[in-house]
Amino acid sequence: MSSVRVLVGTRKGAFILESDGARKSWTVNGPQFAGWEIYHVKGSPLDPNRLYASQTSGWFGQVMQRSDDGGTTWTPVGNQFAYDGIPGTHQWYDGTPHPWEFARVWHIEPSLSDRDTVYAGVEDAALFRSTDGGETWGELSGLRTHTTGSSWQPGAGGMCLHTILLDPSDPQRIFAAISAAGAFRSDDAGTTWRPINRGLRSEQIPDPDAEVGHCVHRLALHPSRPSVLFMQKHWDVMRSDNAGDSWREVSGNLPTDFGFPIDVHAHEPETIYVVPIKSDSEHFPLDGKLQVYRSRTGGDEWEALTNGLPQRNCYVNVLRDAMAVDSLDSCGVYFGTTGGQVYVSPDGGDSWNAIVRDLPAVLSVEVQTLP
Amino acid sequence: MIRVVLPAHLKALARVGDEVQLELDGSVTLGTVVGAIEARYPMLLGTIRDRVTHQRRPFIRFFACERDLSHDALDAPLPDAVARGTEPLLIIGAMAGG
Repeated sequence: MSSVRVLVGTRKGAFILESDGARKSWTVNGPQFAGWEIYHVKGSPLDPNRLYASQTSGWFGQVMQRSDDGGTTWTPVGNQFAYDGIPGTHQWYDGTPHPWEFARVWHIEPSLSDRDTVYAGVEDAALFRSTDGGETWGELSGLRTHTTGSSWQPGAGGMCLHTILLDPSDPQRIFAAISAAGAFRSDDAGTTWRPINRGLRSEQIPDPDAEVGHCVHRLALHPSRPSVLFMQKHWDVMRSDNAGDSWREVSGNLPTDFGFPIDVHAHEPETIYVVPIKSDSEHFPLDGKLQVYRSRTGGDEWEALTNGLPQRNCYVNVLRDAMAVDSLDSCGVYFGTTGGQVYVSPDGGDSWNAIVRDLPAVLSVEVQTLP
Repeated sequence: MIRVVLPAHLKALARVGDEVQLELDGSVTLGTVVGAIEARYPMLLGTIRDRVTHQRRPFIRFFACERDLSHDALDAPLPDAVARGTEPLLIIGAMAGG
């Protein structure tokens, strides 16, 4: 019988939650790397026992960990993330030039074709790749050195490269997203990049439809149809049907279109999920009611999913990397909150249960569907 | 023999106990001691000081013999008591909550 392994990164360590395919009874392992911020843990799609973790600390910097036994034991691997050449400057919050400085790894994306190749999205925004299982890292500097790079600026969480999507139908194509620069695409395996932000509109920048400067919070795609992209922007939920060449807003009847994560059902490419948050100044659900919204039409028409979620006095946030779906026949949807809850819906969002309620603030959630 | 006490998180990362003991040939300075620590425990590279510039991480402090050595030059001799092993070099994570 299939099973699932949920990889949870929190402010104070990593947790691994495991269940059989019913997803009703769970074991909780952790904390691993206790006391450290674990921004992301993700497994190789080729070898589910190969996991990578980003372990970071304001005191001690960045550590990368690798496991080859599904998270039972870990080995520290390479943590040298050196920008190519003289990094130059980007915009600081006040618009003045600020030197590019490595802070941490936000997101890890293992390769679809080679278990030893893995990508890392970092703050200050850049994309790195390792081809030796994380032992050494080299920058794909065509992204950071794009002609617009000096105009990129940080979002509230820092200038982070937080989304890396690998196109399963075209190994040359990579999507990346940066707060607050926008979305980018490479069609040559990461050597050169171009902004793909046409159609985005952001009132927080001088030119609302500028080529870059948009605070994209998350991108998602369905592997069967990788030219269709979904985006949760700072405000607005967006959709592209041409691999990002242009975008249109699909916020539709959402009660608020601010939020962080967005994800796609494992078997229904037009079914997508977001978690509406009140506003950019009030990072909590509307009216204290935690609601996932689902669209079965690829956007525009949304329904609230509330069964099993707190509908009063709930003021948590759900961060951009803290939602995932499994690929069991009845697609499971998972998300973690800054209040330490990790919720699962084993029925595509119709009903929800808390796997755990009292973890440290959840930074990321990934799920592996195991045979 | 040089004795070094690491912060709790770095003890866990390096999988060491309360104290690390080192034998050093030559001068006993912050630079040589931290370098010896990094050589024996490569997983600590970058966690105490920058891997390239060797600049101390901002929230790391070096104490010994009731003195703050954090701002001493990397090639300045450590106190005799540290060089003799009667006092440890304390590598401290700055007291900043968390």
